[in-house]
Amino acid sequence: MARIQLNNIAKSYGSVEVMRDINLTIEDGEFIVLVGPSGCGKSTLLRMIAGLEPISGGDFTVDGKRMNEVPPRDRDMAMVFQSYALYPHMDVARNMGFSLEIRKAPNEERTSKVALAAQTLGLTKLTERLPKQLSGGQRQRVAMGRAIVRDPSAFLFDEPLSNLDAALRVEMRLEIARLHQRLKATMIYVTHDQVEALTLADRIVVLNAGDIQQVGTPLELYDRPANKFVAQFIGSPTMNILEIEPGEGGIRLKNGAALSVGLPDGQKRASELGVRPEHLNIVAPDAAHLSGTAELVEHLGSDTNIHAHVPGIGQVLVREHGHFPLKTGEPVGIAVDLAKTHLFDPDGRRLAA
Amino acid sequence: MSALRRSTPLAVTGKYLALAFYVGFALFPLYWLAKIAITPDKLIYTEGTALFPSKVTFENFETVLVATDFLAYFKNSLIVSLGTAAITTCFAAAAGYAFSRFDFRGKRLVIALMLITQMFPLLMIIAPIYKIVAAIGLLNSLTSLIIVYTAFNIPFATFLMQSFFDGIPKDLEEAGMIDGCTRFEALRKIIMPLTLPGLGATLGFVFTAAWSELLFALMLINSNDTMTFPVGLLTFVSKFSVDWGQMMAAGVLALVPSCLFFIFIQRYLVQGLTSGAVKG
Repeated sequence: MARIQLNNIAKSYGSVEVMRDINLTIEDGEFIVLVGPSGCGKSTLLRMIAGLEPISGGDFTVDGKRMNEVPPRDRDMAMVFQSYALYPHMDVARNMGFSLEIRKAPNEERTSKVALAAQTLGLTKLTERLPKQLSGGQRQRVAMGRAIVRDPSAFLFDEPLSNLDAALRVEMRLEIARLHQRLKATMIYVTHDQVEALTLADRIVVLNAGDIQQVGTPLELYDRPANKFVAQFIGSPTMNILEIEPGEGGIRLKNGAALSVGLPDGQKRASELGVRPEHLNIVAPDAAHLSGTAELVEHLGSDTNIHAHVPGIGQVLVREHGHFPLKTGEPVGIAVDLAKTHLFDPDGRRLAA
Repeated sequence: MSALRRSTPLAVTGKYLALAFYVGFALFPLYWLAKIAITPDKLIYTEGTALFPSKVTFENFETVLVATDFLAYFKNSLIVSLGTAAITTCFAAAAGYAFSRFDFRGKRLVIALMLITQMFPLLMIIAPIYKIVAAIGLLNSLTSLIIVYTAFNIPFATFLMQSFFDGIPKDLEEAGMIDGCTRFEALRKIIMPLTLPGLGATLGFVFTAAWSELLFALMLINSNDTMTFPVGLLTFVSKFSVDWGQMMAAGVLALVPSCLFFIFIQRYLVQGLTSGAVKG
């Protein structure tokens, strides 16, 4: 159990500052997901929390105790690595019980804790195998077992599922969610996969280029992204961004079409309109805000993605539910769900309506 | 892989023929060594290049073991080679680990200097080495050989060990440190067992190098008590004749420790010990 606080955390390599003024409070028992594109600093941040990477500035506290210089072994955190990092010369049981072995826990305690974890993860029959005799999914489970056995105050996950195939990834995602429900421990999870972030997190931290872009629940990020980066990073397919200028009774698009979107106070600053593909609809030409031609129609079964070309604006992606009978090259009219649009200023910040 | 590669009987035969030819080529000198060792002295010249002597004798071995100082040379060589291998491997493992895992000021410079030492012929520094060893009063001692061999072998052995450490994912010791190890404990309990093949290879390499070194042994040693085996071999060459049979018998005996050593470390040389550590 741990309440983790990051106050003005900074990281630099020599004279190169890669991260600064990172502020974040993680409540006891919370599932926090750090998400962002490669190189955004999410793994570095996790490694600083784990103690594997020195913190260059600021305070890192756990339950109010400053931990900046505490070595990893005394932080009472368990970590699951992307590569699993199982000890190749130890069998599954010894891998899982290694932390207890190091702490010189009595033999019976070790055996019973390992057996319990193995049972939870369905590894009971594999305890005598070496890591090289296991499949990817089983290795992943052992890595999680190694963390569970310790009963740590916080779990750290560094892209734990990215080496698994798609089906296994979904299964393990569920397992991690169940694990969190059962243990109610603080968990910090790093991923670049927004689906993992949205499905697992109590709160998501979106990082880009060493800066926190936004912290919020999955739905907050989806409904009220703080800026264009978050808007485009969260949600799949990606949000459409259309250039606009203020017009009579609302805004005007680049091709001259007027939309009655209520402008907030700083109306003159709105320069872009964001609208998610699922908030656009294909309609009859006379009811449409935009008209163009369908350049590519992707039938996904549950959804149909229509990549439309709108003269004067460019590519617009529309997502319709279910099968949508449309062929490439057909003319389309597009209606915008005006209540669900987002306005951005020239710096990419969202203007609250 | 193998299922993809269609091999015809012809290709298989060709492959084995090539291998057989190579093995024959590589082992023929050893065969010749053994052959002359068991050939009676008077037949060596008369039978010339016959592949097998018409009469076999073990007299040469007996003479070498009983009538010469061979056993003393052998013991000296063993002390020097084992000493050199052990000390070099310790240093090389420590240095290789540091080069592999840490970034520190001057790292590139040290690596460059170590490389440079490997780039010029040893002959150039024989005289200065002799002067140094003489000045500290270590001439005619096995210690001097151990020191000199260790110094010469450390750079290569370090690079060898570094490449073994590089092959072990960093994640493993980080996982160990999170699991409660100090860095040293992680090194000892996790990295060390995985480096055994590397340690074995390095030990073997250095042992063999020290075992067969002649130049410095010849320069730094001239008393019969401290002669190593390669120097001792030269005692079979006298002013007027060469005792081929005894020399070759001694040579065969000298192969024994090397062979034993490699049989012993062979199981550590088997690769793939780290497989399964990370995704595969």
